[in-house]
Amino acid sequence: MNGGLLILAPGLMTTVQDSGRWGRQSIGVSVSGPMDPFAHRLANALVGNARAAATLEVTLSGPAVRFDDPRVVAVAGAEFDLFLDDVPVPQARPMIVGAGAVLRFGARHRGARAYLAVSGGFDVPPVLGSRATHLPTATGGWQGRTLRRDDYVPLGPASPKRHRAPGHTSVTIDAGPSVVRVMAGPDVERFVPEALEALVSAPYHVSVESNRMGFRLEGPVLRHRVKADIPSDATPFGTLQVPGSGQPVLLMADRQTTGGYARLATVITADLGIAGQAAPGDALRFVVCNRAEALLALVRRERPLLALEGAPA
Amino acid sequence: MNDVRVVAAGDAALVAEFDDRIDVSVNRRAIAVAQALRHASLAGVRDIVPAYRTVTVYFDPLRVDAAELERQLRAAAAVEPDARELDGPLVHVPVCYHAAFGPDLDVVAQFAGIGGREVVDLHASRDYRVFMLGFVPGFAYMGTVDLRIALPRRSAPRAAVPAGSVAIAGGQTGIYPSQTPGGWHIIGRTPLALVSLDRAAPSLFAAGDRVRFHEVDLAAFEQIARAQEFVP
Repeated sequence: MNGGLLILAPGLMTTVQDSGRWGRQSIGVSVSGPMDPFAHRLANALVGNARAAATLEVTLSGPAVRFDDPRVVAVAGAEFDLFLDDVPVPQARPMIVGAGAVLRFGARHRGARAYLAVSGGFDVPPVLGSRATHLPTATGGWQGRTLRRDDYVPLGPASPKRHRAPGHTSVTIDAGPSVVRVMAGPDVERFVPEALEALVSAPYHVSVESNRMGFRLEGPVLRHRVKADIPSDATPFGTLQVPGSGQPVLLMADRQTTGGYARLATVITADLGIAGQAAPGDALRFVVCNRAEALLALVRRERPLLALEGAPA
Repeated sequence: MNDVRVVAAGDAALVAEFDDRIDVSVNRRAIAVAQALRHASLAGVRDIVPAYRTVTVYFDPLRVDAAELERQLRAAAAVEPDARELDGPLVHVPVCYHAAFGPDLDVVAQFAGIGGREVVDLHASRDYRVFMLGFVPGFAYMGTVDLRIALPRRSAPRAAVPAGSVAIAGGQTGIYPSQTPGGWHIIGRTPLALVSLDRAAPSLFAAGDRVRFHEVDLAAFEQIARAQEFVP
């Protein structure tokens, strides 16, 4: 019998996430997974977990949790005050906790989503090979839902190997309007030629009608050439889908596999985490880049993570 | 067969596009390319998603060279699809069109200027093609519905459509695999379980399948529903 994590207070919206339920979008199964994939990976790397291990995604307000056996834990992503048995502890550092230790999230300073990784990972039953929670279909994770008080989430066997050396956080959250790079397409030709200029002309605000499926954005209107509707088509993470109103929806982790609105542009992989750290009311400023720039940005984003993941524990 | 376009959907997906219309021959080509790519089992490819007129290939940009993947997509698209190999099996689906299960039968009948009986006959009288799956796990977009009953979707979607509901909208027909919100016109219900994520083959339908609806009465509906509960 492995240990587990007792939820003393759940926080606003805390879910189990891993690297996502890939490979079944052709039958309509959403990928899900972390809103900030880099912070999720960083938290796992810090405690010596595999990249795909399940973490807890914490949203806007964090939980209080109790451990019932010794573990290595780390929190990465949005900046929260953290307390281990009421003593302030740093973020993005591995910490050893003893049986009965209580980790509590306090005030949030920057970003929207943090990831709590625990050595051994969260051992909820995989569904189609993934432990990620998909809230709209109540699939995966802990009973397909957000965590509640008194839930007891099982943990996998903690690896005997030690955690990583304390690393610096490689996931930066920009102050002010976060800059998010996009590549044009796939449906850029269904828009008037000025649409891309409009997209980058002013920041977009994340509306309160936003969730893990997508962010409704408010900003310059994006005009279609003829109409907004397309024959239903695939919807990658970070797609800017534009309905007839001309106000885009940024599709996020829990998005459906397909959608029926034209897609002007798509956030590059390197910047998905920046978008994922946005909260309702925050602003996102879009910049258009090409594939070479996107790849360079990804290599830069990955390099410190790969170093940490590959470092001898 | 050089009419394919390959466009980027960000740095981690490429889309092979065929003619911009909903059509069996176009859809057949999209599914053929999807199957060719699946058989190739390329390292770094994460998902292959055929839709009405496209195939989207998701990949890890650090492991897959987009230019090389584009060449593979173009090569696969250059092969003439073989209809015999490409169309999936014929799936038989029992449907009870009882008024209790088809709250919109009257609306459809009014639109067509015919009786409810004729709506059922029109719906169940032809084979449909599964063009693609999407929306929720196991939801198949099927076509094409007889023009006389091809009314547009409801102006106000329902908050909760029961699982198994058979519905039509805009020339398409589909079955809600689970209880979800929905804007299509509901004309009947199937007792079949369309999706089960703990099965090795989670979905009853795949893109390219053909589907034939068979009308059953309430007693047969209940019997099939009960029998399914005992399937391990």
